[in-house]
Amino acid sequence: MNAAQIVMPALGPALPELILAVGVLVLILYGSFKGERSVEGVNVGALLLIVLALFVVVSQTGAKITTLNGSFISDGFSRVMKALVLIGSGATILLSRDYFQRERIDRFEFPILILLCTIGMMVMVSANDLIALYLGLELTSLASYVIAAFHRDNLKSTEAGLKYFVLGALSSGMLLYGSSLVYGFTGTVSFPGIVSALHQSAGFGIVLGIVFVAAGVAFKMSAVPFHMWTPDVYEGSPTPVTAFFASAPKMAAVAMTVRVFIGAFPDVTAIWQQIIVFISIASMTLGSFAAIGQTSIKRLMAYSSIGNIGYALIGLAAASEEGIRGVVIYMIIYLAMTLGAFAILLALRRGSEMFETVDDLSGLSRTHPVMAFCLAAMMFSLAGIPPLAGFFAKFYVFAAAIKADLVALAVIGVVTSVVGAYYYLRIVKVMYFDEPKAPYEAMAPGLRIVLGLSSVVVILFWLLPAPLVGAAGIAAKSLF
Amino acid sequence: MFGLGILSGLLIVPLCGAAFILTLGEETEAVRRNARWAALATTIVTFLLSLVAWGRFDISTASFQLVETHAWLTDTIRFKLGVDGFSMPLILLTTFLMPFCIAASWNSIGTRVKEYFVAFLVLETTMIGVFQALDLVLFYLFFEAGLIPMFLIIGIWGGKRRIYASFKFFLYTLLGSVLMLLAIMAMYWHAGTTDIPTLLQTRFPVGMQYWLWLAFFASFAVKMPMWPVHTWLPDAHVEAPTAGSVILAGILLKMGGYGFIRVSLPMFPDASHYFAPLVFALSVIAIIFTSLIAMMQTDIKKLIAYSSVAHMGFVTLGLFTLNEQGIQGALFLMISHGIVSGALFLCVGVVYDRMHTREIAAYGGLVKRMPLYAAAMMVFTMANVGLPGTSGFVGEFLAMMGAFKANPTVAFFSVFGIILSAGYALWLYSRVIYGKLEKPNPQGILDLDLREKIIIAPLVALTIYYGVHPAPILDTFAPSTEALMQSMKTALSTTQTAAVLPAVSR
Repeated sequence: MNAAQIVMPALGPALPELILAVGVLVLILYGSFKGERSVEGVNVGALLLIVLALFVVVSQTGAKITTLNGSFISDGFSRVMKALVLIGSGATILLSRDYFQRERIDRFEFPILILLCTIGMMVMVSANDLIALYLGLELTSLASYVIAAFHRDNLKSTEAGLKYFVLGALSSGMLLYGSSLVYGFTGTVSFPGIVSALHQSAGFGIVLGIVFVAAGVAFKMSAVPFHMWTPDVYEGSPTPVTAFFASAPKMAAVAMTVRVFIGAFPDVTAIWQQIIVFISIASMTLGSFAAIGQTSIKRLMAYSSIGNIGYALIGLAAASEEGIRGVVIYMIIYLAMTLGAFAILLALRRGSEMFETVDDLSGLSRTHPVMAFCLAAMMFSLAGIPPLAGFFAKFYVFAAAIKADLVALAVIGVVTSVVGAYYYLRIVKVMYFDEPKAPYEAMAPGLRIVLGLSSVVVILFWLLPAPLVGAAGIAAKSLF
Repeated sequence: MFGLGILSGLLIVPLCGAAFILTLGEETEAVRRNARWAALATTIVTFLLSLVAWGRFDISTASFQLVETHAWLTDTIRFKLGVDGFSMPLILLTTFLMPFCIAASWNSIGTRVKEYFVAFLVLETTMIGVFQALDLVLFYLFFEAGLIPMFLIIGIWGGKRRIYASFKFFLYTLLGSVLMLLAIMAMYWHAGTTDIPTLLQTRFPVGMQYWLWLAFFASFAVKMPMWPVHTWLPDAHVEAPTAGSVILAGILLKMGGYGFIRVSLPMFPDASHYFAPLVFALSVIAIIFTSLIAMMQTDIKKLIAYSSVAHMGFVTLGLFTLNEQGIQGALFLMISHGIVSGALFLCVGVVYDRMHTREIAAYGGLVKRMPLYAAAMMVFTMANVGLPGTSGFVGEFLAMMGAFKANPTVAFFSVFGIILSAGYALWLYSRVIYGKLEKPNPQGILDLDLREKIIIAPLVALTIYYGVHPAPILDTFAPSTEALMQSMKTALSTTQTAAVLPAVSR
């Protein structure tokens, strides 16, 4: 009887991951048998799998369940963050179709790599020990390196892939080293085990371990000072891949960071809080000042994402339930803003030519009023101007910081957000105040869907905030 | 209707108008005409609706009326609307000025007409929302949201340096406001709610009040604008289209004053008392210094903009006298200045539409070609100077009376403002309206047409009416002012007793 239980752990909580894992194997077989003609089918199949997994995630119970010998946890937090990851991945597939067809690099491997990446991210979100965390992270990273270089005949794309690989491997090493230190000084890798081990004492070795772990996760979140890869990789990767990097993996990286610090080190807040505060201030400042001079929209979005991670981390620095709720709300809204902005960036094309600089948006409000309106809403939202959703995102993290007496952090945050407002406004200025250029082609249907949904979230959030705020509240509660 | 009260209606009607105009389709001459009429109809309906609200409003009480509450962020941060004696007149001023703005843009806006009116209607919603909000987060939401349409109005339809002016306007006000946001959060964690009526009953610790007061001051002082953070205003005024200037001077500047009377004075009485000398100093500097600057201007709009800063100095002066005359005077001056400065900008718009220049030097002798215009301009100039018999007099007189009671020295210096304002305003009038009709441009200029007569006549009438009979406005403010005085007096006396008691017991 006992033996049977050991052999077969409960797989229910990991059902979404299993669906994707089995599905992706089937799709690989299908793709390799049918060759290049299978692209359409694999894409549809991947999208269906994501929808199915999303459905399972949403319908799972909210209770906290651990399985696989306690290394895998399913709770309110993991459900919400997994839903965000799945939405980000699904949107990427929608965004990518038109682009890859036109660039003639339409291969069936892309959706499969996205799915593998998604599985890795979901494991990261649900990891309840350091080994599972590392496994999820590596699965995600390996798939990411490949899709960064997906445009393999393009010099910039291959360079982006290589750069991402070298730096990513370094940071994985740091994370692993930190994990091994933590294991060495606590004698366990499981998060609850670390918590009880640290009840007794937290020596210098733990501090060292936490610093290395923080460096590793900061790299994955592209937080300063481990952000150097971000602008280059964002610029070099094919645009749908950039959209992907800016959306789903960010969700998973932030979820992983929250899980590690709140799940494994809740009693030694004093040690890691200062690290997070520093990373947060550095990211916000660099994100807002460095973006001012950018002319490429992709680089600008890279710095914007660095800054946004800084704001999200304010919530983590507060190390409270309100703070984590703020982080989750921030990530929900950030996902909508980013996907919307990239949907518009992908629509800037005439024939086979893509346009990627800020000047190419010139006069967009005359040639494409709806697109310009949506992008303006995204930009005002990223700048944190009410009543758009971005304001509420900032509201919740700043409120948590004030409650945790991190007033200086909050003041620096709002001041950098005013600096950041300058470059977001510049995009609005270019679209609305400058003279128009030749119109672009009509948007592809996939882009329309993504843009429409994200615009609804961004523009109308203030009318009905309760559902998303409530979901974030449940997610935060499950960690405390 | 649908569980929404009349105050929600005031927010929804302009938005509906904006949504309708958006659906009009490709811009042709017919669409432009429809957009203009739709915008005018919307603003008139909003005005009528605000009159209905006014009809239901009871001016004998200081409590919040027509209150409606809807679920919003949490149980403690709710979508709560309501009006009292302070906010009702400002709402009426807003809804009253809007149709004039639409009418003033009738011919002068020729491109992107649809977007223009959409921006204006959205702006109207946010302005009304600021005055109606009974929750600080909601207040902040409307306070900031107004930046977006105004940024677009200045930036798209403005003059030569519109881009510089729009960025300066936006970033200046944003930087001021974000600190207020942090203060709101601190208040939320202290009081457990952002509900304004509850916060009015909450006594914040004195040490905390200072910080909160300063944070709110950063926002309201920029919005007012007070010296030395006023520099965005002349730029924004000069570059904005006529109707944008009217709204800026008429309504947006009043948000700062409204913020002081709604938040700073009643919620932080000790801090207000403590910082009153600072405000006095800044106000007096603003009154004298910006009046002097106004004299040297060569651009009509810039001159009026600086005069607005000076007048707002009187408002802050009156508010922080912390006595009844001063506050009543400041509030009256806000309404009066809303009408008068709005009217002055409309008058500038009239000649700008004809000659496309705002240089004072390009004008002269207009009275010979435009007698009606000269007469109307005369009324508004006199009201701007503060001549008895115009609405400008009542507010400035009361504000200075209050100032004299609070601090005679301050009152002494502020009187220079009146003298200087006579200087710049009359000099402007004489250079533009009188003199020889010898410059080339004004030779063939035409007097007011029917549309302009309809726009300007009611404003002339109101300026004189409220100058002779200010009671309707003052009576509306009175109960709320008295209640405010009462609560401040209690608050200040308890603090002083608390400060005295330990000394006695020793």
